[in-house]
Amino acid sequence: MHLYTLTSADGHVESYTDRKRYWWMLSLVNPLIPLLGVGGHLFSANELWLVVPLLLMFVLGPLFDWLFGEDENNPPEVLVPQLEDDRYYRILTYLTVPLHYITFLCVAVWVGTQSLSWWGFLTLTVAVGFADGFAINTGHELGHKRTKIETWLAKIVLAVPAYGHFWIEHNRGHHRDVATPQDPASARMGESIYKFARREIPGAFHRAWMIEHERLCRKGVPVWSLHNEVLQSYLITIVLQVGLIAAFGWIMLPFLLVHNFFSWWVLTSANYIEHYGLLRATQADGKFERCQPHHSWNANHKYSNLLLFHLQRHSDHHANPTRRYQSLRHFEDLPSLPSGYYGMYIIAYFPSLWFKMLDPRLLALPHINGDLSKINIDPDAKQHIYAKYGE
Amino acid sequence: MLSMASKFRCPGCGYVYDEAQGDDHEGYPPGFAFAELPEGFVCPDCSVRYKEDFLQDDPA
Ligand SMILES: [Zn+2]
Repeated sequence: MHLYTLTSADGHVESYTDRKRYWWMLSLVNPLIPLLGVGGHLFSANELWLVVPLLLMFVLGPLFDWLFGEDENNPPEVLVPQLEDDRYYRILTYLTVPLHYITFLCVAVWVGTQSLSWWGFLTLTVAVGFADGFAINTGHELGHKRTKIETWLAKIVLAVPAYGHFWIEHNRGHHRDVATPQDPASARMGESIYKFARREIPGAFHRAWMIEHERLCRKGVPVWSLHNEVLQSYLITIVLQVGLIAAFGWIMLPFLLVHNFFSWWVLTSANYIEHYGLLRATQADGKFERCQPHHSWNANHKYSNLLLFHLQRHSDHHANPTRRYQSLRHFEDLPSLPSGYYGMYIIAYFPSLWFKMLDPRLLALPHINGDLSKINIDPDAKQHIYAKYGE
Repeated sequence: MLSMASKFRCPGCGYVYDEAQGDDHEGYPPGFAFAELPEGFVCPDCSVRYKEDFLQDDPA
């Protein structure tokens, strides 16, 4: 396994091996999961195989997180530049891009050419929707980088989940406004995921469009042109999805609608849990304090972190957005989730369970310590929350 | 004008706004002064640091 070493001026030798180095290849498995269902169906002629991908994600995912536990290992800071320069890690993110295309197209062909039962159609389509939702995660990792190839790959992979505005919305909108009441992508205490989605999905699109509109006006180029970085990705989506309808007929319409919806829903779910209730304080000058590590929820679970490029080490990501996934760190005493994202998604889908589990955890955070004024609360839930948790 | 140009660095991620070059992607032409950037300017690379957080690079 690769050993990184550095000898400092005083002769001290620092060395580090990334024990997860080859385990990171699991991130390549993630986009391929729906193909397991298609392959099983192809060879066994048993449609029950189409249910397997969803089970793998949402039964095995939380189970593996519980089984394999957490990882609190960090690379030594002096070796981070070497770790970031190691091209191996970059190649894995590059490779997930074609894999998302392959899976999406194979499943589309399968749905377009087989006469599936309604439940076979639905479970397979939802599964590929979820898998391609995680293409937003690949787009997220790539889109934060400064190299041209990475930002282009981000736009290309975001075309699969039909979420071309993500790159701008997330980097320039969400990171600026995170953990404030004005951020449509930060959930408020007492807000269910279903209510949040209705604020987040249109709000995110609007913010991305406004930011890009402003930039293009400054540059003096037309908004409706190929300079528009929201439209670039959507153009690929249109070619892809109109092409599928032309090739396989109207069966593709429900397929694409369900697929796109669940891809978006994956992001909504991630946004919902990543900053739930957390609030940046307002400074004397009226601006919000800069984003601190305690403004994000984290999960250190090994399995889901390997599938998600360390997305769940979210505090370090928000404090240092250009840091590469392999060097994101764990910190003590930060808001932490009881399970990885797969498990937390399921909990979020049952709002009363979510409130029961997360609200006390939120109130107990050291920087909040029961003080409701330090929480981002849904105005509609305020009365109820103050009655329940107020002094 | 360009001889007076300064560089301003984001203390978080290291992004540099070089007045001599401006920032073409963001729509600021060469020679565009840092002071002229909008009040709500946020670091284009990390979006964590605001305009007032930027540090002027030592001209030396
Ligand atoms: Zn920055």
